Amino acid sequence: MAQAFFGGVHPHDMKAATNEKAIEQLAPPAVVVIPMSMHFGAPCTPLVKVGDHVKVGQKIGEFHGLGAPIHASVSGTVKAVEPRPYSMGGNIMSVVVENDFQDELSEEVKAPADPDALTVEEMIEIVKNAGIVGMGGATFPTHVKISGGIGKVDTVIINGAECEPYITGDHRTMLERPEEIIGGATYLAKMFGVDKVVIGVEVNKQNGIDAMNKVIAEKKAPVTVEPLRCRYPQGGEKQLCQAITGKQVPPGGLPANIGCAVFNINTTCCVYRAITQGMPVVKKVVTVSGSGVVEPKNIECPIGTPVSNLLDACGGVKDGSYKLIAGGPMMGMAQYTTDISVAKGTGSILVFAGNEEQTVETPHCIHCGKCVSVCPMHLEPLFMYRYASKNMVDELEAAHIMDCMECGACSYACPARVHLTHMFKLGKQLVKDKAAKEKAAAEAAAKAAEPAKKEA
Amino acid sequence: MTDYKNLKWIATSSPHIRGNETTRSLMLDVVIAMVPALVAAVIVFGFRALTLTAVSVVACIFWEWLYRKILKKDQTVGDLSAVVTGMLLAFVCPVTLPYWMMILGDAFAILLVKQLYGGIGRNFMNPALAGRAALLACYATAMTTWIDPSAAKAGIVGVGADIVTAATPMAMMKEGGLAAVMETYDLQSMFVGNIGGSLGEVSALALLIGGIYLIARKVITWHIPVAYLGTVAVLTFLFPRGNDPLTFMLYNLLGGGLMLGAFFMATDYVTSPVTSKGRIVFGIGCGLLTVFIRYFGGYPEGVCYSILIMNCTTWLIDKYMRPARFGVVKGEKKEAAKK
Repeated sequence: MAQAFFGGVHPHDMKAATNEKAIEQLAPPAVVVIPMSMHFGAPCTPLVKVGDHVKVGQKIGEFHGLGAPIHASVSGTVKAVEPRPYSMGGNIMSVVVENDFQDELSEEVKAPADPDALTVEEMIEIVKNAGIVGMGGATFPTHVKISGGIGKVDTVIINGAECEPYITGDHRTMLERPEEIIGGATYLAKMFGVDKVVIGVEVNKQNGIDAMNKVIAEKKAPVTVEPLRCRYPQGGEKQLCQAITGKQVPPGGLPANIGCAVFNINTTCCVYRAITQGMPVVKKVVTVSGSGVVEPKNIECPIGTPVSNLLDACGGVKDGSYKLIAGGPMMGMAQYTTDISVAKGTGSILVFAGNEEQTVETPHCIHCGKCVSVCPMHLEPLFMYRYASKNMVDELEAAHIMDCMECGACSYACPARVHLTHMFKLGKQLVKDKAAKEKAAAEAAAKAAEPAKKEA
Repeated sequence: MTDYKNLKWIATSSPHIRGNETTRSLMLDVVIAMVPALVAAVIVFGFRALTLTAVSVVACIFWEWLYRKILKKDQTVGDLSAVVTGMLLAFVCPVTLPYWMMILGDAFAILLVKQLYGGIGRNFMNPALAGRAALLACYATAMTTWIDPSAAKAGIVGVGADIVTAATPMAMMKEGGLAAVMETYDLQSMFVGNIGGSLGEVSALALLIGGIYLIARKVITWHIPVAYLGTVAVLTFLFPRGNDPLTFMLYNLLGGGLMLGAFFMATDYVTSPVTSKGRIVFGIGCGLLTVFIRYFGGYPEGVCYSILIMNCTTWLIDKYMRPARFGVVKGEKKEAAKK
């Protein structure tokens, strides 16, 4: 088993609710709400207007700078182009499409004649046009990662750790579509010009590892599967690189700095589908689970499917449900409304009705150091908490708060139930605000100095 | 189907799940770990060991409750930290200590040392040890009257007229050297606890069982006890008083409050460092001071003061013994500086 990273926690994985359940296709939703920002970077501009007819796979959002295009996931008529609630918080410009249930495929979707004969540049172009982003939740545009990494990267890693509790979408993909994963990994190896791709998988998915190994043997693919220790956050990009290569990503750096590039299982499948079928990202496997869901399931649905459709497909929610989360229980975002829709980075929808939170009214830190012993980024959360709660920005910076990736391990382990991660989100904003203020002040000073110079 | 419009969702920050460990469960584990030592104390000194501990626990809970009540602060007695303090303070007092003195000591520990600094998590000294130091300063005779466990047991109400006082092994060692102790107590009674001394410190065996329980339950890490005991062992073995280093070392490890201090006092969360490196430094510091006080100090025993002194350095250790930053390889910093 690959060497581990420092710290981490081992929550109950809760995967038993869905890991035996095959991925189901959702009955086509009557309406899809496609947000124009499903990637890291500026939102896309809508290319369609109300009344337009769209087909599956048709580009409806164009990106600018860093980003990825967005495609229609069903065929039908555009009913509205307006801001709608969004799983990453607030409202975002969205295209609302009324499904005509014809499932017409757009002419834009064309499978390449011979996928294996494509050049690296052509493959990257296909990935870019297919709107592929980091489907694990980080949503970084994949074509940027690939073109930026060529030459620097010697280790391509596929992230199949799926370390967050409850989520089993990647596990089911390994079992049901191993050839897509291995195929996608093979194309990635070709693009980066490396002779080996490593798929890191936590050992609680042994049957998934076996299924992929079988395909690797059949196809003689340049891929190996590396079993990883079950430890949250094993699937954190930096922790995964550390577990597989033994190297640490420098502060503020990217995996490319140590010659690594990490892709999610889902992303790899999307790469495969784009290169072999010309299919852009229009579907997503979502795990619907949690104590508030009547019948937890893995569901494949069009991008933009309203969450209420998913919950209905799982028998609705139980009485007393108090929390709706888009993403995993450790890093996912709690939602205030069910009006949100599935985005490219939405891997799971959780509903809680039990006592998962276990909050206390007035937490008192007892200085036990458990947060320090679990922090995979080698930070000291208890001191960062003190500084952040007293607005001590310089001390926060000196404590390397910007290294914090908000994985939540400290909050999980804290016996006093201090709201550590929450405070670090605020603390990081304080540091950013201060940097912005200083920059503005420096600019203002430079401006003020200019006329003075002229006069002189 | 469900009417989603009328559902009320609570939107709080991640993570949305928490571990099952709480301050209360940790403190309960500490209490459980102290039970063997309490049982040993009852066997060695009689039932007064139990009543004195019970009085101390109740007094600590009362003082904590009273302070939080009067100052209208949130009630913290439920976290059981006052119970731990009460037990520990009783453990470091002689079994013959009058109950009213015990209650005064508890008041000092809880009110002055713990609550005045803001309650649990804020005090900079171990409340139980500070309470003992205060009692020793105020009632020196009562705090240094030790009964000989082989002669008679202490009475529950009055101390009892038939008790025989005796010196502790560490006092004997101070006075007459190793030979003097070996005359009175063999190694076996030192280990099992059939010796004079404070209520809870006599049985090294019972304390070891408790300490191993704490480490196995991951309540404490091995760093402080191992560094502390290791330092004392190495120093006493290398610089023995007498010509039998091994026996001298063993008497030093088993005698006095060392086992109690190393497993239960020095590992107190609030007053010890948070990193592994820091804990090792802290343990070594405690070990050095303990040996220095035993060798050169005016007192026969140095565990209490050495831990209290190291408590005061915890902030300093925390400041300098920080974890290596993620992604910064050792030596790279120096290389970068050279360039």
